[in-house]
Amino acid sequence: MRQPCVHGVNGGEMKTLKTLLLTLAAMPAAAMAQDAAAGSAAAAPAAPAPQLYAPTPGIGQPIPGSTGIQPQVTELGKQALWMHDALLMPIITAISVFVLLLLLWVMFRYRKGANPVPSRTSHNTLIEVIWTLVPVLILLVIAVPSIKLIAAQYDTPKADLTVKVIGHQWYWSYQYPDNGDFEIVSNILSDEEDKKRGEPRLLGVDERMVVPAGKVIKVLTTSDDVIHSFAVPAFWTKIDAVPGRVNETWFKVDRPGVYYGQCSELCGAKHGFMPIAVEVVTPAQFAQWVASKGGTMPGAKPAEPAAAAPAASSAAAASPAVPAPAADGTAEKPATTSQPATQNTTPPAQN
Amino acid sequence: MTDTTATAAHFQAHEEHGHHHDADHKPGFFARWFMSTNHKDIGTLYLIFAICAGIIGGTISGMMRIELAHPGIQYLNHWAGVVSPTDPAALHLWNVLITAHGLIMVFFMVMPAMIGGFGNWFVPIMIGAPDMAFPRMNNISFWLLIPAFALLLGSTFVSGGTANGAGTGWTVYAPLSTSGSAGPAVDMAILSLHLAGASSILGAINFITTIFNMRAPGMTLHKMPLFVWSVLVTAFLLLLALPVLAAAITMLLTDRNFGTTFYDAAGGGNPILYQHLFWFFGHPEVYIMILPGFGMISQIVSTFSRKPVFGYLGMAYAMVAIGVVGFVVWAHHMYTTGLSVDTKMYFTAATMVIAVPTGIKIFSWIATMWGGSLTFKTPMVWALGFIFMFTVGGVTGVVLSNGGIDNYMQDTYYVVAHFHYVLSLGAVFSLFAGFYYWFPKMSGKMYNEFLGQLHFWVFFIGVNMLFFPMHFLGLDGMPRRYPDYPDAYEHWNAFASHGYEVMAAGMAIFFVNLVWSLLAGKKAPDNPWGEGATTLEWTLSSPPPYHQFETLPVIADDHRH
Repeated sequence: MRQPCVHGVNGGEMKTLKTLLLTLAAMPAAAMAQDAAAGSAAAAPAAPAPQLYAPTPGIGQPIPGSTGIQPQVTELGKQALWMHDALLMPIITAISVFVLLLLLWVMFRYRKGANPVPSRTSHNTLIEVIWTLVPVLILLVIAVPSIKLIAAQYDTPKADLTVKVIGHQWYWSYQYPDNGDFEIVSNILSDEEDKKRGEPRLLGVDERMVVPAGKVIKVLTTSDDVIHSFAVPAFWTKIDAVPGRVNETWFKVDRPGVYYGQCSELCGAKHGFMPIAVEVVTPAQFAQWVASKGGTMPGAKPAEPAAAAPAASSAAAASPAVPAPAADGTAEKPATTSQPATQNTTPPAQN
Repeated sequence: MTDTTATAAHFQAHEEHGHHHDADHKPGFFARWFMSTNHKDIGTLYLIFAICAGIIGGTISGMMRIELAHPGIQYLNHWAGVVSPTDPAALHLWNVLITAHGLIMVFFMVMPAMIGGFGNWFVPIMIGAPDMAFPRMNNISFWLLIPAFALLLGSTFVSGGTANGAGTGWTVYAPLSTSGSAGPAVDMAILSLHLAGASSILGAINFITTIFNMRAPGMTLHKMPLFVWSVLVTAFLLLLALPVLAAAITMLLTDRNFGTTFYDAAGGGNPILYQHLFWFFGHPEVYIMILPGFGMISQIVSTFSRKPVFGYLGMAYAMVAIGVVGFVVWAHHMYTTGLSVDTKMYFTAATMVIAVPTGIKIFSWIATMWGGSLTFKTPMVWALGFIFMFTVGGVTGVVLSNGGIDNYMQDTYYVVAHFHYVLSLGAVFSLFAGFYYWFPKMSGKMYNEFLGQLHFWVFFIGVNMLFFPMHFLGLDGMPRRYPDYPDAYEHWNAFASHGYEVMAAGMAIFFVNLVWSLLAGKKAPDNPWGEGATTLEWTLSSPPPYHQFETLPVIADDHRH
């Protein structure tokens, strides 16, 4: 299940690469071996973008014919999923079945043929008190975990990375204020392009929102025209992007991979055609991706060679274990030529 | 529930003795139907109007279902007269369709049928009044709907920005409805809402005045039939909620046309303000659409159980409680707009409270049947269907009330499924129940029982096939208001579209029954339902005399409840 894979390489290497990406931090030697394969790409003048993760069927995207909630990859999502699947669904199913059985029973037992003379009963204080108080108790059982869930959702831990998400008619753009404030523009792919890249139709984008795994990502949303809504079902995340306001939410995903969402507030003609694709990568890949976009990691000084990477994440970020860039993963703006050299001088690190 | 000294024979005697008596003096065709001050004729006009609007709104949903049956855009571009399926004009047409479907079904089908149609017809009769308090105001309430509907339909022929028609959704959120939609279409849609709202406010004033002042001697508030109670509560909701909508959409108009910035942050305004105002109206609105249905179901269940309503006072005050609490839960429609944590917790808790009075109603209906002597005529079958389907729609409402859960559900098909279960299987089932229940009284003809039962079963299967899979689509994350969807959603979308076909077949049976019954139905007796039907309309002839209760009925002081 936890098998992020890299696409754009031949099938024989796929399995190896999957394993590699998972164990990258723990197995620097293997990473180095991989580096050799990627060596020619690393020599390119522009910072190479990491390869795109191929979507995993059943995770981060809708499941054909499904009758349930998408698998959750955040702790909050798992908590909410538990509340829905283990608490709410049994209760509402039981109530519906109970009402149905009562209806069927009275229809059978008190049909005219079985009960020709109706009673005149129109009061029973005890039963009325019961059917008022029992629902109150049931609601209390629901309300306690519900309030806790809301509290947890609003209890943002210290953010490792802030991404500013801006809705436009009809695409998303993502700004990385912690990384030199570069912006990427994310447009829907054509059906043909989706097919070529192996992405689900209507969900693929040309530039994904890339974030590091295992880090607390603070998302700030706003819009520059009408209201949009940033939604990623697999994260249990949905927050409106409102012009003139900044909304905040957060998520932390441990599993690298790509997770799709769609705009969830009617925003005009192409409301259905501005998908969201969040790519969760290892911190090393993230740093590499940031570099490929002309950004910087916090504390890193882009112009100085062999700059000491201070933070653990920056050290990891500088891992040379970079796969070759995907055919379509062209950087939005060319990075400075000095950057790859800087990155390559730092040894791979565990994190 | 009530005894009365007025009997049907009493009124028939009037008719026999003098054809020129006031009780049955009908004006000429034009004066009767175009200048009407008679509550029954106005009620009939409302019902005809609602049926016409329902046909249009239902046809639009058919267009939506055929487009959604399979992934990709198959029809929109042809309907929009453009070549490319991804032409913005084609996609804008989709938004026009969803907007029109929502507005038509809410403002021009359910509300006119429930309140204008059945409310007008039966509230005065049930309280023993000769007519509404303000008959001419009643007339203008109806006739305001005609230009309102004309404006809405007309808006589809003028520019709404990307292409013709208003594509804002029925919620008309700013700034999509202001800076996001150039052209006069949205202005026309807003004016349409203004007129429909004015119509409803006038109607609400009329009902409140009538119910408070024109009850027959002995008809205390606590003896009123529950349908009258439901219309009274609904009228108060209309009176308090609609002015807020009027204010909200007036500010939309000035933002659009006169340079104000109520909803524009660039000028110090706030787009979220619109949502607060809209849902302060919008949440009571959903109870406006269902409460009269509650009232009808209470009458019908009591009639066909041959028992008085169980827990009458609890039933009446449960509706009052739903009405009151309905005003303090609005922001549960806005859980993802960036509410503060305390706000979200409050609205979660407050919303859950509504489940309690709603539960009281469900259980009291079942208790009314308990110990009864049930017959399963068409109105009763629809009422039973209503009770179960409304329960299913209600419990998904409990799921959605949780602000933390709603982060996932908001704006997905789960919400669409929820509100169609309470409206399309709730309000609409109660409308059909009421229609079959009162059709003999209104028309003087019996409907065809077999066709009525067949209509129920085909429609019941159809709407469940149509709307139940939408829960699955929502749980799988499919957003609302999408003309095309990732291929994973095809299975349940195709299934739902087949459900529409079954539902449409059910509607065809209804119209066959309607025409057949009007042309060749058996003459209806004064009271076709027997001893269980105790309200005053069954003491009158079928159809009732043009003017009823020239001698006011006196309600006996019984102690049955």
